[in-house]
Amino acid sequence: MLIDIVIFFLGFSIIFYVLFGGADFGAGVLELISGEEDREKIADAIGPVWEANHVWLILVVVILFMGFPKIYSTMSLYLHIPLLIMLVGIVLRGTAFTYMHYDAIKDKSNHVYNFIFKISSVLTPLFLGVIVGAMVLGKIDPNAETFYAAFIAPWFNLFAFSVGLFCVVLFTFLAAVYLIGETKNEQQKSAFIKAAKRINASAVVVGALVFISAQMNDLSLLELFYESWLAIAAVVLATAILPFLWKSLHYSQIVLSRGLAAAQVILIILAWFWVQYPVVINVGYGTESLTFYNAVAPQATMLQLVWALVIGSCIILPFLYFLMKTFKGKQFIDK
Amino acid sequence: MEDLLAARLQMAVSLGFHIIFACIGIAMPFLMAIAEYKWIRTGEQVYQDLAKAWSKGVAIFFATGAVSGTVLSFELGLLWPTFMEHAGPIFGMPFSWEGTAFFVEAIALGLFLYGWDKLRPWVHWGTGIVVGLSGVASGIFVVAANAWMNSPAGFDWVNGQAINIDPVAAMFNDAWFSQALHMTIAAFVATGFAAAGLHALLLLKDRNNLFHRKAMKIALAVGAIAAIVQPLSGDYSAKDVAERQPAKLAAMEGHFKTSQPAPLIIGGIPDEEAEEVHYAIEIPNMLSFLAHGDFNAEVIGLDQFPRDEWPPVLITHIAFQIMVGAGFVMMAVGMVYLYLYWKRREVLFQRWFLWIVGLCMPLGFIAVEAGWTVTEVGRQPWIIYGIMKTKDAVSSMPGLQYPFYLFTALYLLLTAILIWLMRRQIITLSERYESASAN
Ligand code: HDD
Ligand code: HEM
Ligand code: HEM
Repeated sequence: MLIDIVIFFLGFSIIFYVLFGGADFGAGVLELISGEEDREKIADAIGPVWEANHVWLILVVVILFMGFPKIYSTMSLYLHIPLLIMLVGIVLRGTAFTYMHYDAIKDKSNHVYNFIFKISSVLTPLFLGVIVGAMVLGKIDPNAETFYAAFIAPWFNLFAFSVGLFCVVLFTFLAAVYLIGETKNEQQKSAFIKAAKRINASAVVVGALVFISAQMNDLSLLELFYESWLAIAAVVLATAILPFLWKSLHYSQIVLSRGLAAAQVILIILAWFWVQYPVVINVGYGTESLTFYNAVAPQATMLQLVWALVIGSCIILPFLYFLMKTFKGKQFIDK
Repeated sequence: MEDLLAARLQMAVSLGFHIIFACIGIAMPFLMAIAEYKWIRTGEQVYQDLAKAWSKGVAIFFATGAVSGTVLSFELGLLWPTFMEHAGPIFGMPFSWEGTAFFVEAIALGLFLYGWDKLRPWVHWGTGIVVGLSGVASGIFVVAANAWMNSPAGFDWVNGQAINIDPVAAMFNDAWFSQALHMTIAAFVATGFAAAGLHALLLLKDRNNLFHRKAMKIALAVGAIAAIVQPLSGDYSAKDVAERQPAKLAAMEGHFKTSQPAPLIIGGIPDEEAEEVHYAIEIPNMLSFLAHGDFNAEVIGLDQFPRDEWPPVLITHIAFQIMVGAGFVMMAVGMVYLYLYWKRREVLFQRWFLWIVGLCMPLGFIAVEAGWTVTEVGRQPWIIYGIMKTKDAVSSMPGLQYPFYLFTALYLLLTAILIWLMRRQIITLSERYESASAN
């Protein structure tokens, strides 16, 4: 019971991080593709909610080390290198974005911030995906003999990088859909719509790449899917949404397309969850896997964690709503 | 470089970097709130300009604090996986509450920074107060986690495993109160003196500038009051350390041989081989009094501990002297300020006093860094005092010096950029705010 509540909050935080934090990263990637004139729009949209969006990741980390310590320590040990790269990305991105916005003098330095912002907007989700991929693949091996086998091989492979790429594409897609509603300029709007469609199409392609590369790295992802009808249902549903999504984009129905895009992303995360469940990290090709159940912290800890999460949500959610309402309500868009 | 050393240095660099932004995040919202309060009350534009100008700096520092904090929450695992595997479920509780505090802080900061025109003045002011309060709460929670490492509680350690875990008892361990109190006050001392010092230096160039005068007064008032109570809280901390970590106290004081009564050793250079402190000033009986409140009490020295359980005496002693020295200087300056403010206000902005305040600018942060060095280095060789040694907790990944170089370079770069950005904020002040232009 306690463990289910904690798993729920963990999933909830991951989903929120991807939906909001992910859209932030996507906005950076989008800038990389779209060029100069959208920059102000993007910065305005991110500004007020930027800090809050990123606390979700911290929540994920805290839930892991308090509730499932062995999972946290295993990740930290064997995926040290991709985690490190992701962290460098987070530092560079967060600082470049804020420094750019608050620099009192606007001059050539803006190009530098912007360059760093864009590069790290790709780097961070890429390695976030690499980490997820490595957790699924199962090449983490506690008995590895060499440095390469222990600390590189688990994540330095085609499958992990395909998942990384998928992550980048997905986040960019979210950002494009999200930004459609943020602009009043018709020309800009149609540019975002076009981008959203194109990126959505590439998501399908990269998604296929994930399956193919899994096969190439000796992971039968399809078989895993067969074992969980929930995962299959999630993928089918995500695909079924596609035509509706395209249609709503086409008629620029802002709320509907945002909802459908979010639904699609949530379904993909759920599919990943159900494919693995209850495993969190496949270790030694699934022979010594860490699951929610064999890595869980003692009862007393879980109880305190649940209290903190439940009471914390009661404080945070209304407050978050107030923030969104203040800045994302109508008058902000009009301004 | 040895992996253990690299990991310790990386931890020290990351925390030493983060703590600066944490202190600013705790105290600066209150300085802004004072300025905004005065603006709402008096309607004088200079106060709103001041609050806005400060908030620009806070936004820049906050983002740096947030990313360096995110790094830390991963680094605990990246560098000390064995420690976290055991400690996570025990001392995780304050971190789980800290999550809420961060959220509230980040949300309120968004409202504060972007809400000048969207919120009513008192609501806006209230969001600033919420930023500050949640900053204080974050600080208290994370320091409670650190206190647990100094004074482990809430579990039984049997055959290398923790059983009977009680996270509540772990959070409210013996050290949490003294450390959290001292740290919270420290944030106000450090931030108050740094802000006051900066504005004092700017006043030296332009003594009648109203903007900087108001700024210095607000910041120094906060810093002065905090600096006057800080030594009291420090004395309380020291008595606490004497009870729960006598080896740390002995290292802080350079007290090699158990004695009754024990003299206080001020300054000097401890020599671990000869087991004595060279060139020091000694005050008879004083350490007995400071550590136990009794001029004739026995104070345990390092000779009671096996050699391999000594903390590095030289670093701990010198860091402690630096903290206390800085603390007394700031206390004295704080008292002078309050006296001048009360009796002779015309002197406040004379050059000599501005110079003194300006020179004190870095002292608070120096004391914070030194204080953490005392706490952390003084706990060595233990990562969990008396339970787990630091060397047994370090990651087994070889080559840890490379992440250390990487993060050190990254943080040095960020430091340089921050200084440059602040300079740019300062040189454009008078363009952006009429009240800050020379008059
Ligand atoms: C502005 C900063 C500042 C100032 C002026 C002082 N301190 Fe401090 N001190 C800190 C900032 C600090 C700190 C950085 O906040 C520490 C590190 C851990 C902690 O809890 O507080 C600390 C730790 C610390 C400890 C170790 C606590 C422990 O390990 O649990 C002791 C014994 C003292 N201090 C004592 C003093 C005394 C006697 C002072 C007299 C002037 C003093 N401090 C001034
Ligand atoms: C004594 C030590 C510490 C104090 C007093 C402290 C305090 C604070 C404060 C006040 C903030 C607010 C952000 C800001 O104002 O810049 C903050 C941010 C943060 N801290 Fe620390 N911290 C300490 C150490 C740590 C450690 C050890 C960790 C990780 C394990 C950590 C993790 C974080 C994180 C993740 C954030 C970002 C939160 C956000 O995005 O709002 N901190 N810290
Ligand atoms: C922000 C203020 C802090 C500073 C400046 C600081 C400083 C340091 C320093 C100098 C070391 C190295 C000690 C040595 O190797 O001799 C260290 C180690 C460490 N600190 Fe802190 N510390 C701070 C707060 C914290 C907090 C709040 C936590 C955790 C909750 C923490 C956890 C650790 C850990 C895990 C180590 C490594 C193990 C060790 O060397 O004992 N520190 N820190």
